Amino acid sequence: MHITLRIWRQTNPAGPGRLVTYELSDVTEDMSLLEVLDLLNLQLARNGEEPIAFDSDCREGICGSCGLQINGRPHGPLKGVASCQIHMRTFKENDTITIEPFRAKAFPVVKDLVIDRTAFDRIIQAGGFISVNTGGAPDANAIPIPKNTVDAAFEAAACISCGACVAACKNASAMLFVAAKVAHLGRLPQGEVERKERCLSMVAQMDAEKFGACSNTYACEAECPKEISVDNIAFLNRELLRAKVF
Amino acid sequence: MELNSRIPAGPLVEKWDSHRFNLKLVNPANRRKYHIVVVGTGLAGASAAATLAELGYRVTSLCYHESPRRAHSIAAQGGINAPKNYANDGDSIYRLFYDTIKGGDYRSREANVYRLAQVSNNIIDQCVAQGVPLARDYGGLLDTRSFGGAQVSRTFYAQGQTGQQLLLGAYQALSRQIGMGNIVFYPRREMLDLVVIDGQARGIVVRNMINGQIESIACDAVILATGGYANVFFLSTNARMSNATAIWRAYKRGACFANPCFTQIHPTCIPVSSEHQSKLTLMSESLRNDGRIWVPMIKGDKRDPNLIPEVERDYYLERIYPSFGNLSPRDVSSRRAKEVCDAGFGVGPTGKAVYLDFRDTIQRNGREWIKEKYGNLFDMYRQITGENAYETPMRIYPALHYTMGGLWVDYNLMSTIPGLFVLGEANFSDHGANRLGASALMQGLADGYFIISYTIGDYFASNKFHKVDTSHEAFRTAEKELKSTIDRLLGIRGKRAVDDIHKDLGHIMWEYCGMARNAAGLKKALEAIPSLEEEFWRNVSVPGRTDDLNQELEKAQRLIDFLELGKLIAEDALHREESCGGHFREEHETEDNEAKRDDENFSYVAAWEYRGPGNPPKLNKESLNFEYLKPSQRSYK
Ligand SMILES: Cc1cc2nc3c(=O)[nH]c(=O)nc-3n(C[C@H](O)[C@H](O)[C@H](O)COP(=O)(O)OP(=O)(O)OC[C@H]3O[C@@H](n4cnc5c(N)ncnc54)[C@H](O)[C@@H]3O)c2cc1C
Ligand code: FES
Repeated sequence: MHITLRIWRQTNPAGPGRLVTYELSDVTEDMSLLEVLDLLNLQLARNGEEPIAFDSDCREGICGSCGLQINGRPHGPLKGVASCQIHMRTFKENDTITIEPFRAKAFPVVKDLVIDRTAFDRIIQAGGFISVNTGGAPDANAIPIPKNTVDAAFEAAACISCGACVAACKNASAMLFVAAKVAHLGRLPQGEVERKERCLSMVAQMDAEKFGACSNTYACEAECPKEISVDNIAFLNRELLRAKVF
Repeated sequence: MELNSRIPAGPLVEKWDSHRFNLKLVNPANRRKYHIVVVGTGLAGASAAATLAELGYRVTSLCYHESPRRAHSIAAQGGINAPKNYANDGDSIYRLFYDTIKGGDYRSREANVYRLAQVSNNIIDQCVAQGVPLARDYGGLLDTRSFGGAQVSRTFYAQGQTGQQLLLGAYQALSRQIGMGNIVFYPRREMLDLVVIDGQARGIVVRNMINGQIESIACDAVILATGGYANVFFLSTNARMSNATAIWRAYKRGACFANPCFTQIHPTCIPVSSEHQSKLTLMSESLRNDGRIWVPMIKGDKRDPNLIPEVERDYYLERIYPSFGNLSPRDVSSRRAKEVCDAGFGVGPTGKAVYLDFRDTIQRNGREWIKEKYGNLFDMYRQITGENAYETPMRIYPALHYTMGGLWVDYNLMSTIPGLFVLGEANFSDHGANRLGASALMQGLADGYFIISYTIGDYFASNKFHKVDTSHEAFRTAEKELKSTIDRLLGIRGKRAVDDIHKDLGHIMWEYCGMARNAAGLKKALEAIPSLEEEFWRNVSVPGRTDDLNQELEKAQRLIDFLELGKLIAEDALHREESCGGHFREEHETEDNEAKRDDENFSYVAAWEYRGPGNPPKLNKESLNFEYLKPSQRSYK
């Protein structure tokens, strides 16, 4: 296949960036899009030119490292997959593919396609956990938990913290990310004790990190590679209400 | 060098308890005085950092990822073992111990493995308390499944995303301590050297991957939890950045490297499709609970697999190993797959694949049932191959997956450098020559949550510590050496990219040091790797600057170490004149093509000691004594 790539290049966080066009002809259908970037980078490196910086690690949609805006959409055209899982059979001969970093005030660009999403970690540090020290936990079967409760918690906990929800939102809100963690822990009996504090501190940190407000347009759910449901946002809103009232 | 494994005396089942009693303690008020650096935030590192901080030690944690939660552990799929015996199928601590020693082909320490089996039950309790959503049945109790090499159902899981869920539990515990100010965490820092002062590990030197600064951190003990080295083969199921640099540089500072040739090849991975492939994807072993492995009985049969009638299919694992069948251990299953493919029965465009077929289970239990258990794996398979495994069998082939070898550690998880502890896949400790499925998550969390917290206290309480800070000349020297290596790399300006050379190394390793090895091939590898190394230093191209985010420079640093480690792996494989577990020497096989151990001459851990550039490493042996389980020819028939 022959493919034209338009790739965002930016030397440092302050610097202006721009789209640079590259032509590649020896692309095959079974390559992943990131392997096409690898191929381009090999060619650049062999010529002594600086390769394109981009994050990726697991390349199976689970580590959340890859966060690319592909043809204007977070993680590209397919539903329910991360950037690293897109294969070239998705595209056609002579297609032009535009690749940019996720855009959000809270996710500054570090270089080229690499962004800084440590704001997400700080939100978890503010309260996204159950406070148990190591040791002394009761037997794992001591409290039976209904299967559908655990399954719902698991669905929320499947978030990979890639930031697509933020990139998809016109306000760059982190509501789906926060809601997924609040719902994961809040739905389980183990998370009951800290329910109130957890959602208040996580939301406070989210605001401090300069994420925007949620306006319920649900673009986040549509672009989430793990298809995390906006029902979790409703859950979070109920938790907040409950926390403020009681 | 004298290797002292510090295995406590006394009966097996009492060793850990009596050892814990005999270990010296650090009083809670004094713990703040000790500063521990934990490198790595996978299961082993995150659990250790959190636990030590909870106890009151001062902890610095770092990793080369943007976030601790992106560590390679996140990708583990199938599950984690614990002999809870919730299934009431005859499981016990002793049985897990037995399975693990046997699975490791009698090349691990009884005392370590028994302790692992003992603490594994606590791990499940701990994780559930943290809110890890492990799968449950309709009665609300925890569900389990079976993994290879075991006849009981002891594997706890969260769909095909067990590693993700367990890591998030540990990450959240770590985050809590960071939020409380008990841990200082640095993202995007790569450890490039270990600093040893007066014989003790006293710090590390890292590169800040954002601005290229070389930074030093002084401390009282260093914990490496930096994962395995399977990427020496270039293609593996490991995450792309997984590498050997931390352990290799510690080796060069005096930590012995144990059993480097014990590498594991996983039987069920998506086959290689082209030269451009950047990594291989695992299809979890848990699939073998419900999928059946077969090849056509006719060589080169190109028919649609669904059209091949039952009588023309060879379910070779079920045929050769009637009692374990599709759940035979990894080393055995991989070799049999290679064998049928080499003999011409392989399927798919390259002939290097066998079928993993879910037809029967789907007919029995329905598609939804399969989807609930393995949905994400089927999705992943479809993404990569474009095929629907609900309708046509998966094609799979063995691939490099895990490394049992690693830095040598004693029973306290301390390396041969006092004050340097090694946890998780980075050490060699518990899996012998072959790891059983769902045991790595168990080991990483056992080391991090339940073992290091005791043993490191004993080290602090038993030793004197001079005050050391980063102004010490040992830090200056290490920093200077690193800067000059970096300048040298950037100055070569050759014609080949780092990955070009890494792929060549991968081909050499896979060809001569992969699933089957022999003396002639290993000798070839020992000639080919040095010449590739020479080419690297002459002809690699590392563009960009040192004071900037520079991923080619990161990769080049790692490749330096892979090239050196590749030689040690081949050396170790050549010296081990026997077959055991994942190390299969063609010269040593039984009549029915199984691995033939030589207990008389090789019942030991090979711990290699670095002796300076240009000198051959020295082989130290720790002999293995089996008091409880008598080594026998492994049989899964
Ligand atoms: C696809 C796949 C599936 C698997 N499934 C299972 C399973 O179902 N059950 C099971 O038991 N096991 C499984 N395993 C094996 C298991 O996942 C690993 O052995 C285990 O997670 C390793 O954990 P770890 O904490 O030792 O290291 P890792 O998770 O690899 O973490 C290494 C950490 O060290 C950091 N690091 C490394 N080097 C440096 C350096 N120089 N400087 C700074 N930081 C550094 C990294 O950033 C990372 O944080 C699987 C493995 C793979 C590849
Ligand atoms: S590289 Fe891990 S999710 Fe894409």
